[in-house]
Amino acid sequence: MRLEVDGVSKAFGGTRVLDDVSLVVDDGELAAVLGPSGCGKTTLLRIVAGFESADAGSVAVGGADITSLPPERRRIGIVPQEAALFPHLTVRRNVGFGLPRGAASAERARECLDLVGLSGFGDRMPHELSGGQQQRVALARALAPGPGVVLLDEPFNALDRSLRVSVRDDVRDALKRAGATAVLVTHDQEEAMSMADTVAVMREGRIVQKDEPASVYAAPRDLGVATFVGEAVILPASAAGGVASCVLGALPYAAGGSEGQGRVAVRPEQFVLTVPGGGTVGRVERVEFFGHDAALTVVLDGERDGEGVVIRARTRGDAGHRTGDRVGVEVEGSVLFFVS
Amino acid sequence: MARTVTSSSARGTRLGRPLRRVPRVLLVPAVLTALISLLPVAYLVVRASGGGIETVVETIWRARTWELTVASLGLAAAVTLLSIFVGVSLAWLVVRTDLPGRRVFGVLAALPLAVPSYVAAYIWIAAFPGLTGFTGSVLVLTLVSYPYVYLPVAAALARIDPAMEEVALSLGRGRMSVVLRQLRPSAAAGALLVAMYALGEFGAVSIMRFDVFTTQIYTSYRASFDRTPAAVLGLLLVVVTFVIVVAESRSRGRAAYATRGAPPRRRRVVALRPAGKAAALVWSGAVAAAAVGFPFAGICYWLLEGASSGVRPDRLLAAFGATVGMAAAGALVSTALAVPVGVIAARYRSRTASVLEQASYVGHALPGIVVALSLVFFAVRYAYPLYQRWPMLVLAYAVLFLPAAVGAVRASVLQSPPVLEEVARSLGRGPFAVMRQVTLPLALPGVTAGAALVFLTAMKELPATLLLRPTGMDTLATRLWTETGSGAYGAAAPYAAVLMLVAAVPGFVLGRRSTKEDT
Repeated sequence: MRLEVDGVSKAFGGTRVLDDVSLVVDDGELAAVLGPSGCGKTTLLRIVAGFESADAGSVAVGGADITSLPPERRRIGIVPQEAALFPHLTVRRNVGFGLPRGAASAERARECLDLVGLSGFGDRMPHELSGGQQQRVALARALAPGPGVVLLDEPFNALDRSLRVSVRDDVRDALKRAGATAVLVTHDQEEAMSMADTVAVMREGRIVQKDEPASVYAAPRDLGVATFVGEAVILPASAAGGVASCVLGALPYAAGGSEGQGRVAVRPEQFVLTVPGGGTVGRVERVEFFGHDAALTVVLDGERDGEGVVIRARTRGDAGHRTGDRVGVEVEGSVLFFVS
Repeated sequence: MARTVTSSSARGTRLGRPLRRVPRVLLVPAVLTALISLLPVAYLVVRASGGGIETVVETIWRARTWELTVASLGLAAAVTLLSIFVGVSLAWLVVRTDLPGRRVFGVLAALPLAVPSYVAAYIWIAAFPGLTGFTGSVLVLTLVSYPYVYLPVAAALARIDPAMEEVALSLGRGRMSVVLRQLRPSAAAGALLVAMYALGEFGAVSIMRFDVFTTQIYTSYRASFDRTPAAVLGLLLVVVTFVIVVAESRSRGRAAYATRGAPPRRRRVVALRPAGKAAALVWSGAVAAAAVGFPFAGICYWLLEGASSGVRPDRLLAAFGATVGMAAAGALVSTALAVPVGVIAARYRSRTASVLEQASYVGHALPGIVVALSLVFFAVRYAYPLYQRWPMLVLAYAVLFLPAAVGAVRASVLQSPPVLEEVARSLGRGPFAVMRQVTLPLALPGVTAGAALVFLTAMKELPATLLLRPTGMDTLATRLWTETGSGAYGAAAPYAAVLMLVAAVPGFVLGRRSTKEDT
C-alpha cells in the first residue's frame, strides 16, 4: 500500500533529528532511505513503525492516517538488523507469530517460508540457522500477516560481505513476488542503488533528493549528494554556455541554467586514459587491481595550473597500466557542475 | 535526555531503544506494588510523628543512636565487601576455570541459602562461646549471605561472550579488565541485597549480642508502651537504606549490558596452574566447610544429643506443612507483584520508572519486625477481619522479599534484546500480549530462579512470622525459636534439620544451573 509521510519533525531534548520530512512510497515500490549514520533515518523508521511519536506531521498507509495508532494496529512489518527472531520459538512459529491461530494460518506460514526459499526449515530453532537464513525468516515473519508496508532496518549489516549480495537478491525477489511496499534504511549506497526502485537521500534530518537510482547518480541535486552516492573527482571550475572550464579543459555539463564560479564533479568511469598527446597529461601513481576493473590514481602535470591535481580513474582490468606510466587524460560524456 | 547518535549505532540496537512512556497495563499494577511496598514506611511516619517533633529529635540526638548507626553501617559494609569477594571469586572459579570438582563446588556455593542466619549464629557460638560481637556477626552473616552475590554473578559469567575477553587479551589488558566491568550490574544487584539483609538482620546479631538498629528497635518496642522511639529508629534505618539504594542506581551508569543476538555457543575455561589450582581448592573447600559443612555437622550433633528428648512427629509435620504453604504463597504473590515493576525497570528510562523500582526495594531494608508491627497496626485499624490471619503474613513476605523478586525479573528481562518486543508489536500484539508471549517466556528461567530465592528466604523468615502468624499456627522457624529460647537445643534440632533440608532443594537446583550450561 502507498506510504505517505508528510511534514514529520522530531527533536530529542532540543536536538533536531528530523526536520519537516516528507516521503511518498508508491504501492509495490521498494524505496531506500540512504544516509550517513546519525542523519535521522532510523528515527524516521521508528516513527513510521509507531515506536516513536512525531512532534509534527503525519504518516498514512493506503490513504488512512495512522499517526496516532499504536504499533500493533498499524500493520507495518519490520525486519530489524540481525533478524531478531524469537529464540524460544521454532522457525514456523516465528513466521506464524503475527497470524491468528488456525489451519489457514499454518498454510500462510508455509507459503511465506516458500517465498523466501526455506520450505524445509519450519521445525528448526533460530540458532540452528545461518545469519542469512535468519534474515530471510525475519522477512517471512514480517510478510506473513500481509502488512501494508515493510520496513527493513540495515538488514544486511551483520552478514558477511560474500553472503550479502545473494541475501540481498533473495530479499528483493521475495518482496517483489509478495508485491510488498517496502522501505529499506541503509547507509550503504551500493546496497541502496542496486536494490531499490527509488532512493531517498537523507542528510541532517532532511530528505534532500528522491529519485530512481540512475537519476540520483546522474543528476544529483548538490555536491553533497553527488559525492555520497558515488565516487567523484571534484575540481574548481567556471561555467558559461553549457561548458565548464577546469584543469581538465572545457567540459560539457548537463545545463541546469547555472553559470559562474563553482565546481565540477567527474565520475571515475568518465575518465579515458590515452597515449599522452596534446591534452592533459599525467603520471600513474598507483594501480588498484580488482580483476574486472582497476582504479588508477593519476597525478596531473604542471601545464595549465594543474600541478599536483590528483584524479582517480576506472579502467578495464586488462588495460595494463603500470605505476609510473605517462598517460593522457580525457573526459567522456557530460560532467556535473555546481555553483559554489 | 540527549540522545547520542554514535553510541546508539555503536551499540547496534537501532530498533529497541529504551522507551519513555510506560503503558497502562504495566503502570497500574506497578503503582499498586509500590504502594504495598511503601505501606510499612507510611505507618512508620504516622507512628513517629504521633509523639510530636520533640520525641523525634530527642531519640535521634541520643548518643546511643549514633553508636547504633556506626555499628549497623560498619556491619553492613564489612559483610557486603566480604560477600562480594567470596561470591565473585567462587563464581569465577566454578564457571570459568578447570577447578577440580567445580560442579560440586557450584552446588555447595549456593547451599548456605538453606542455613537460617540465627541457626548458623547459634551453632557457631555454641562451639566458640568467645565469638560474640562484631567479628562473630560479620563471620556468620557473610557465610549465609554471599550466595546473593554468587548466584547472579555465576549466571552473568556464563553469559559473557568469551570473545570479549580475547579482545581484552589481544589489546594487552588482563582478562579481568573486561570481566569485572561486565559483572558489575549483577554483582552490584547482589551486593545491594546483602547490604540490606545485613542492615535488617535481627536473629543472628541478637544471638551474637551485637547491638544494632534492629535489636534496639525490638528492645524499645518490648520495653515500653510508647512505640514512638521504635518507630523513629525504624524510620532512620529506612533513610539509611534509601541512601544506599540511590547510590547504587547512580553508579549503574549508562553502559549497555544486554547481550545481543545469540548467547555464546561455546564456553572456554581458563586452565589454572598447579599452585593456583591448589590454592583455589583450599579456598573453595574452606568456604564450603565453614558455610555448609560446619552448620550441618552442628545440627547432626544436636540431633544425636536431642534424640532422647522425644520429638512429636505430628507437630513436626504440621509445622512443615505450614512453612511450605506460607513460603510458597509468599513467593507466588511477591513474584506476581514484581513482574510489572521488573519489566518497567528493565525497559523504560524515565523518572516514573526509577521511582517505581526504588519504591519496591524499600521492603527489604525494613526489619521484619517493623513490617510486622506496621501490618498489625494496619490490620487492627483498617482490616480487622484479616488480623492474625494468613493473608497478613503472606503480605508481609511479599513486602519483605519484593526486592529479590524485582531484581530477578529485571535482570532476566535485560538478558533479551528489546527489539524482539518491538517486532512483536509490529506483528499486531498489544503491550500485554507481548509481555505474555515474548518478554515473560524469555525471562522465565530467571523469574523462576527469583521465585525460588524468595521461597527459600521466606521459609527462614523469623521476626515477621513470629508476630503475624495466625493464632495456633507454628512454622518450622517459630518452633525452632521457641525451643531454642527455652534452651532446649536438642528439641530444636529436628526443626532446624527439616528446615535446612527443605530449603536445600531449591538451593541445589540453583547451584546446578550455574554449572550446567557448558555440556
